[in-house]
Amino acid sequence: MNATKNAIKTGLQRGWHEFVLSLKSPQDQGFYLFMALVILGYLWFNRNNELEGTGLMMPAFAMPSILGGLIAFGLVIGPGYSLAMEKEDGTLLRSKAVPHGLNGYVTGQVVLHSASLVPSLLVILVPSMILFEGMMSNGLSGWLTVLWVTVLGLAATLPIGIVLGSVVPSVQKMGTWGFFPIMALVGISGIFFPLQGLWTWVQWLAQVFPIYWLGLGMRSAFLPDSAVVVEIGESWRTAQTVIVLSIWAIAGLLLAPRVLARMARRQSGSAVEAARSEAGQWVR
Amino acid sequence: MATSSGTPAVIEVHDLRMRYGDNDVLDGVSFGVRKGEVVTLLGPNGAGKTTTIEILEGFRMRSAGNVTVFGTDPAEAGDEWRSRVGVVLQSWRDHARWTPRDLLTHLSRYYAPYSTPVRPRPYEVDELIHMVRLEEQAEQKIRLLSGGQRRRLDVAVGIVGRPELLFLDEPTAGFDPEARREFHDLVHRLTDLEDTTILLTTHDLDEAEKLADRILILAGGRIVADGTADGLAREITREAQVRWSRNGEHFVHATPDATRFVRDLFTQYGDEIADLEVRRATLEDTYIALVHSYETGVESESEPAFGGAER
Repeated sequence: MNATKNAIKTGLQRGWHEFVLSLKSPQDQGFYLFMALVILGYLWFNRNNELEGTGLMMPAFAMPSILGGLIAFGLVIGPGYSLAMEKEDGTLLRSKAVPHGLNGYVTGQVVLHSASLVPSLLVILVPSMILFEGMMSNGLSGWLTVLWVTVLGLAATLPIGIVLGSVVPSVQKMGTWGFFPIMALVGISGIFFPLQGLWTWVQWLAQVFPIYWLGLGMRSAFLPDSAVVVEIGESWRTAQTVIVLSIWAIAGLLLAPRVLARMARRQSGSAVEAARSEAGQWVR
Repeated sequence: MATSSGTPAVIEVHDLRMRYGDNDVLDGVSFGVRKGEVVTLLGPNGAGKTTTIEILEGFRMRSAGNVTVFGTDPAEAGDEWRSRVGVVLQSWRDHARWTPRDLLTHLSRYYAPYSTPVRPRPYEVDELIHMVRLEEQAEQKIRLLSGGQRRRLDVAVGIVGRPELLFLDEPTAGFDPEARREFHDLVHRLTDLEDTTILLTTHDLDEAEKLADRILILAGGRIVADGTADGLAREITREAQVRWSRNGEHFVHATPDATRFVRDLFTQYGDEIADLEVRRATLEDTYIALVHSYETGVESESEPAFGGAER
């Protein structure tokens, strides 16, 4: 068999194995549970708030947006942390030491983080559907929209996570390089409240990034057409959503392999050792 | 150069230089390793052992010099080359949730396309687990392995592709004596049965003496000695120590020709001699002498590096 194909097949198995290990891990189960409790709690305490002018209750509006935000957040921060950690703990170097190992490693990362999206969305989606009324207004076509928005959002954001994990100098720096910027972007992207309340330049800025469009796409999937009045231009802007997310996906697919390869070239035993002792040195 | 005999050279290094800023870590290193040889790289911390090995592994760019491994520059080598080379990395904390069996099975799959009738790749995972004596831990999480078990797993990962050339960077750090002995047996097995060429670094001089066909000593970015453990000892510290007792009194004498000295001793005193002990210079004596002479700058440009090392 062709060695590259063989490596990609091995990487698919790797990603699935890591996903299963993650589901079995109390650490990761705890993370899913914590996230679900926080988000469902937020929705629960706002269950009687009506979104002005739409007749919609808060959970119905917020849940789709949060799903969109979670996709972006999980697929940027998830691979970012994975790569940052696996640069430091030697996983990446081990992959580099076997023929076509990096092909397998990257394939594994894509599978792992794509698959991990399923439980992290389900722990929000399923209880919400049970706890709150009128969550899905569009039936089957709505669910199909959820599917394509998820897939396109995945393609748009996962490469950003891989680039982030490649360039971040250490796991400790993930906060300032990854976590806080993403949280700030989530804050201005209309996930927790409509975008229109913000200054115009902030609205423009938010619309450059995929998070806003993921939220919008999800709202278009779940909410009734009457809810479109709170959106910019009173439109779901489906064509723009596809275009913006596709541009991010294509740019990411072009950039991520190059950045990753550049980072991987610099990996060596002593580089890992240096990063490790650096990480252990809290006081400088 | 050491590549003069008929056996093909696996590694050839000529005038290798590595510079970080103003600091020359490697300052003109040259050596060769032939097929089937076990070569040990010794040297004090910071002498450039790891740098040298990482350049040969293709993990690090060099500043200057010619390096070939299997006739190819490691810096530009592809995956076919990579499939012939095994690397035992230092132990870290990777794949903590995996079991040894799962990790070895996973990594072994990358080698399947490179199997040949002469050299079937990869190893059977069960055989590998048996070779490094990890049967009992095969299904445990790697996170739960002890330091020595972890290290044995590292060795198994390094040889999973049945490499023709194996790099080992301080393979037995943290081993207890039994694990060390088993590791030595494994190395002998690899060289005898698999015809594997091995380049290893270690700080354990006893280990170097046991394993190596040839020893290279790296100090201050240069190879300051190249030869067998025995050869180096003879070359550098020619005198042996003779200890004996006569009528309850103990004597020590250093002599370049211990055999003649002892014969004379017996001729003169016969049965009065007891507690006879002849101690040749060990590799440790040699090593300390060499590194000391380098560090105090005794050697000069025109002389061989160990010219001033005699005691």
